Amino acid sequence: MIKFGVVTFPGSNCDRDCLWAVRDVMGEKAELVWHESKDIKKYDVIILPGGFSYGDYLRSGAIARFSKVMDAVQTFAAKKNKMVIGICNGFQILLEAGLLPGAMLHNKTQKFICKYVNLSVTNNDTAFTSECFKGQTLRIPIAHGEGNYFCDDKTLNSLIENDQVVFRYCDEQGKINEKTNPNGALYDIAGIINKKGNVMGMMPHPERAMKSELGSTDGNFIFKSMINHVKKCL
Amino acid sequence: MAKVKIYVTLKDSVLDPQGKTLQAALVKMGYKNVESVRVGKYIEVETKGASKDTKKEMNEICDKLLANPNIEKYNFTIE
Repeated sequence: MIKFGVVTFPGSNCDRDCLWAVRDVMGEKAELVWHESKDIKKYDVIILPGGFSYGDYLRSGAIARFSKVMDAVQTFAAKKNKMVIGICNGFQILLEAGLLPGAMLHNKTQKFICKYVNLSVTNNDTAFTSECFKGQTLRIPIAHGEGNYFCDDKTLNSLIENDQVVFRYCDEQGKINEKTNPNGALYDIAGIINKKGNVMGMMPHPERAMKSELGSTDGNFIFKSMINHVKKCL
Repeated sequence: MAKVKIYVTLKDSVLDPQGKTLQAALVKMGYKNVESVRVGKYIEVETKGASKDTKKEMNEICDKLLANPNIEKYNFTIE
C-alpha cells in the first residue's frame, strides 16, 4: 500500500488540497507531516506543498529549508525508490535546500500572478510525467510572486543536456515564446527534476487541476504518473 | 557586543526588474541623470560578544541563510 506524506510548514496553505488530490481524487493513502518530523521513512512520496512558509520572509523557502523535516527529506531523496515533489513554495524550498539547482527571483512584472497557464511536457520519461506524451500541453494554474526561475549558464546547459527540464510555459498549441512566459523564468522553465530523476519541482499547482468542475483535470496526469511509478517500484 | 551591518545585493549577472522599474520611475519624476538602480537588502545582526571568530561566523550565516549564492553576493562591516 503506497503512502504519500504532505509536509506542513508554518505558512503552508496548499497542504490540504494536496491531501485531497491524493486521497479523495486518486484514492491513495496520504497524511500530513509536521515540519518538525524526523521520521518519514514510511512514505513513498513526499509532497512539499504551496503556500507562504515563514511568510516568504527573506526569500521564499529560505527559512523552511532549515526545518527539521528537511534533514529527513534530504536523506529520503537520496534513495532512488523514494520521490519528492515540490509545488510552488515547495519548489522554492527544494531550490533553497539545494535538492534542485538554481533559484527563484521575483516575477519580472513585479506582480503576483494568478491564472491558468499552459505547460509543454518537455520530458515525459520521468516518474512524474510518464502518463503524458512528449510535447503534450497541460493546462494548470499558477499563483505566485516569485516564479522567475534563474540559474547560471553552466547550470542551464547541464539541465538541458541531462533532460532535467520537465515543463516549459507555452501556448495552447504548445508553442513556446516570450508572450507565453508569465514571469520571466529562464528558458521558460516551469518545472525541473534532479539528475537522479526522483525529485521534481514545479511552480504550477497540479492539485488545483484535478476536477473538470474546478477548471482542469490535467493535474491528474502528474499524480497518476507518480502513483504508477511507486507501484512499479514496490 | 558587536553590531554587524550586512548588505545583500543581487549578483551583477542577475536582472533586477525592481531596480529597472525604480530607475524608470525616477527618470519620469525628472531625475534624468539616474542611469541605473539596483535594489538589495540591509540586515543588522547584533552579537553578544565580539571575537576574531565573529567575521568567520558572519560569513557562515551569510553563506547559509542571509544570501542565496546562486543570485546574491554580500559584504558586511563589524562595529
